[in-house]
Amino acid sequence: MSFITVKNLWKEYGDQVVLENLNLDVKKGEFCTLVGASGCGKSTFLKMLLGQEQPSRGVLDLEGEPFPAQPDRNRGIVFQRYSVFPHLSVRENVLLGLELEQKPLLGKLFGKARQEALKQVDAMLEAVGLSGAATKWPHELSGGMQQRLAIAQSFLMRPRVLLLDEPFGALDPGIRNDMHQLLLRLWKETGTTIFMVTHDLHEGFRLGTRLLVFDKVRRDPHDPQAFGATITYDLPIGKTDSDLLDAIETNVNKTARNQAA
Amino acid sequence: MRLINRHPGRLSVVILGLIPFALLILLYGIASQQRLAENPSDKLLPGLEKMTAAVERMAFQENRRSGDYLMLVDTTASLERLGIGVGIAALMALIVGILNGTLPLFRASMAPLVSAASMVPPLAILPILFIVFGLGELSKVMLIVIGTAPVMMRDVAQRVREIPQEQFIKIQTLGANSWQVIIRMVLPQVMPRLIDAMRLSLGPAWLFLIAAEAIAATEGLGYRIFLVRRYLAMDVILPYVIWITILAIIIDQCLRLTNRKLFPWYNAGGN
Repeated sequence: MSFITVKNLWKEYGDQVVLENLNLDVKKGEFCTLVGASGCGKSTFLKMLLGQEQPSRGVLDLEGEPFPAQPDRNRGIVFQRYSVFPHLSVRENVLLGLELEQKPLLGKLFGKARQEALKQVDAMLEAVGLSGAATKWPHELSGGMQQRLAIAQSFLMRPRVLLLDEPFGALDPGIRNDMHQLLLRLWKETGTTIFMVTHDLHEGFRLGTRLLVFDKVRRDPHDPQAFGATITYDLPIGKTDSDLLDAIETNVNKTARNQAA
Repeated sequence: MRLINRHPGRLSVVILGLIPFALLILLYGIASQQRLAENPSDKLLPGLEKMTAAVERMAFQENRRSGDYLMLVDTTASLERLGIGVGIAALMALIVGILNGTLPLFRASMAPLVSAASMVPPLAILPILFIVFGLGELSKVMLIVIGTAPVMMRDVAQRVREIPQEQFIKIQTLGANSWQVIIRMVLPQVMPRLIDAMRLSLGPAWLFLIAAEAIAATEGLGYRIFLVRRYLAMDVILPYVIWITILAIIIDQCLRLTNRKLFPWYNAGGN
């Protein structure tokens, strides 16, 4: 049995079809990158995996069970922005998950239990390179450091699936590369199943194990919303020749222009 | 250089800020002197000596009849009413506002009521308060509560809804239940905003306090002003108004500093 099963999945808002007939099997520990033009439903698909949106029709299962209809501990998330809590220091941000888990009523740890938990937190901060910033507030961090923090926050809770919604979209190219290395390292160490939506096609072509291209097969030039997108390419990363990638890029750009027109 | 690009230096900011005050005082001084020159017993624009004498009498001498320092009695009475009233209103605002902002089911049933309540002119129901709660302390405190709580409730609820949706989702993925979302994320993020809402509510709170005291009280800053009005005692009224203004500024600044001290992330650009 596959880890995540998607069968005949549709998502519609009224007349507007966002996703049509999605089919996908993902094994445990895969790192899927989702690329495609804006409005092609990559983020919608991610939101369905997250539990923030529900499918209109079709099957979306995690180990044979339907995905819970609200966000929960099974799935971690890193958004492009606002993923960290401004009222907590860096250390407290990472600690929060453990506190919520251990103290259902107060949501806060004290004394010895806190010291124990902080050991885990500090190890995690070390792993993402934030040890020096442990006592800072999030607003004192750069964009890249905030994303490191958000990643640390999620990884510490060992979610079964980690979802990343354009996590590096707002970062400088150099920083982005460092973040890729960090992410790949944590992924290899933990074996977490990852879905990452990215706007940057080349990022999608390189990172992870599997590339999923969301695109529209049918396009109505007069009514861009009439047809939904689906997965047009499902490729293993690293074994694809550059001609195919060029073809994908051309297609995606064509859809993007059609969407914008 | 264009006017919109000309900025005052540090010293000139202070001087420019003080000029209007100085002008006002000067204007008053001239007008007062002129009137007193015509009629030395004029009451409308008393001179500085008369006012200091009045302050001396009200603040630093025991009242001949009651043996109290009247200004102290008035100040403590008024501040007590103001403090209790705004305190209760803030607490109510915190609870209702957070529930309204966080729980859609609660919001569906409570938000219309809060909106309607905030539209009721509080002074229009002052007579009702006097009838229901009597002429004692309770009705004055209630007026402040009723006058300020609904607006603060709406404000707090609005602030809760301004917390990015991403954060609500993130904390759920960390395993939080609804209660934990409230006490670990919503409450701490809304506290500094509640204090801001209190600062804004203090203006109306003073208005309701003085209105209530003017109608039914035996002591209080508003009571005193309206009492001595009968004798055209401007030498008492003016210092009292200045004193109320100073109190209001002090309270406002205390709240501002509390906010800064307690929530360093809030004012340093953390939101």
